Amino acid sequence: MRTKAIWISAALLLVCAVLFMTLETRGSWEFVLWFRGRKLVALLLVGAAISTSTLLFQTIARNNLLTPSIMGFDALYTLILTLSVFFLGSVGFNQLPPEVVFLVTVVVLIAAALALFGTLLGQHRADLMRMVLTGIIFGVLFRSLTAFGVRMIDPNEFVTIQVKSYARFNYIDVNLLWMSLVLSVAAMAWCWHLRRRLDVLALGFDIATSLGEAVSKRQTQILILIALLVAVSTALVGPVAFLGLLVVSLARLVAPNERHATLIPLAALIAGIVLVGGQTLLERVFDLATPLSVVVDFVGGFVFLVLLLRKART
Amino acid sequence: MISIENLSYEVGTARILQDVTVTLPKGGMTALIGPNGAGKSTLLSHVARLLPIQTGKISVDDLEVGNCDSSALARRLAILPQQVHFATRLTVRDMVAFGRYPHSQGRLRSEDHNKVAEALEAFGLTPLQNRFLDTLSGGQRHKAHVAMTYAQDTDYLLLDEPLNNLDISAARALMALLRDLADNSGKTIVIVVHDINFAAQYADHLVVMKQGQIACEGKPVDLVTKALLTDVFDTDAHVALIEGKPFVMP
Ligand SMILES: Nc1ncnc2c1ncn2[C@@H]1O[C@H](COP(=O)(O)OP(=O)(O)OP(=O)(O)O)[C@@H](O)[C@H]1O
Ligand SMILES: [Mg+2]
Repeated sequence: MRTKAIWISAALLLVCAVLFMTLETRGSWEFVLWFRGRKLVALLLVGAAISTSTLLFQTIARNNLLTPSIMGFDALYTLILTLSVFFLGSVGFNQLPPEVVFLVTVVVLIAAALALFGTLLGQHRADLMRMVLTGIIFGVLFRSLTAFGVRMIDPNEFVTIQVKSYARFNYIDVNLLWMSLVLSVAAMAWCWHLRRRLDVLALGFDIATSLGEAVSKRQTQILILIALLVAVSTALVGPVAFLGLLVVSLARLVAPNERHATLIPLAALIAGIVLVGGQTLLERVFDLATPLSVVVDFVGGFVFLVLLLRKART
Repeated sequence: MISIENLSYEVGTARILQDVTVTLPKGGMTALIGPNGAGKSTLLSHVARLLPIQTGKISVDDLEVGNCDSSALARRLAILPQQVHFATRLTVRDMVAFGRYPHSQGRLRSEDHNKVAEALEAFGLTPLQNRFLDTLSGGQRHKAHVAMTYAQDTDYLLLDEPLNNLDISAARALMALLRDLADNSGKTIVIVVHDINFAAQYADHLVVMKQGQIACEGKPVDLVTKALLTDVFDTDAHVALIEGKPFVMP
């Protein structure tokens, strides 16, 4: 039963991947395989990173509505980048090896996330509305600070940031692909290792503690994992607002139970289907009329509203 | 033996526990009674490390709460908190199986499955085992939670108002089960109850709390008197003796 949903989505994802690789191929096969193969790997990676970070966040926040991006994680990432361009100048910034920029940003993001969200989660009796509001305020704050930083920057330098502050699935920053791959595979292996503990954490502070989990310590670890995964996906494709919410909600809908051993792979597979399938449709069938991120955010935003209204009613 | 020494707890300027020193004996059933807001739940939460100790010291046998390994304590002591909220969709069986987590780390062995089945059976939940918790009645859900605490199979069981939501037959069955655990399995039961008659009928030892302090402790037959009800509970009820046990007329 548990494997059925996973097998079906794996098969669907395989179909999407094959179509993505083979539709409308021109030129040498070798080039196409290399070019599209890298993109495929990046999309799968981004999907898994976003779905896993969302799932982890929902588990430690004990709420199926919140996601790292609603709480402003990816806005924070862009803000850090903007500030570094602001202080270094785009010339200085572009001279730095992208790997170094990425690693430094990851470390800063982890530190900032722990400082901001660690205290919020530490109050384990904090109510939902306060969390949502704080998240929205953080998100708006980071975005406005980014916008402010951008205004302070020379128009020429602005381009450097602009590329990095919008979601883009057709242009993927493959420079960082291999490093992201290693980091996120390690992070996800760790999540998988924690899957049974995550089930217990989802029961809330009191029960998890009485079952012997060191909740605060574990929340800190998980927050670090979330920051890492968000950094990977944001570095590769930019901030995507509602993808995480969309795919995790879908996974919960089709999963026979809420165990992380089921949800982690299922959500990652669904994210892969949405990204690879969506990109194939838009790029090859509709000739890229609308960016995928717009569609995903539209549908995901709709899901967010439905969930919020449903919650408000009960 | 649970020993609590000089435990104080403050929130802002409110002193919720004031220098509480009390020893809960090993074995048998101890009932913690006292008016609403006396600090009973706060005291139990401290023993179960759900609240951080500000001043004072608590130990459960050789384990010092707050300093010992949390999972070692989870194999020694289980708590049923007064209120629990569930965010996840769980079946009754999954929920009860979580009680085995301290022993199995989530990988259930056959002895764990047996214990889960036993807990389900003990609370009459076997027919409901595959139902989701959010489809149950309040009392059924409560039973599932007590069953989870039971499945944890620890030497010490702390239960904060376990009779909430239970009908008279379920309440009596639960008390009889707890009595049996104390008498025949060597467990130590600490229970918060509001119904003094239940406490007097089933418990070996009473601890009475008032305004964040221990008011008195002792055997039910010595303690439950008209004076206690006036002094601690501020109510004027008649106490009768029925079959050698005190009985508060409602
Ligand atoms: N987080 C908190 N902030 C402020 N006051 C609190 C907090 N938690 C508990 N209190 C106060 O501490 C006192 C003791 O609460 P506690 O829950 O321990 O009472 P109780 O004896 O279990 O009562 P009841 O029988 O109603 O369950 C109460 O006056 C309560 O208002
Ligand atoms: Mg209480």
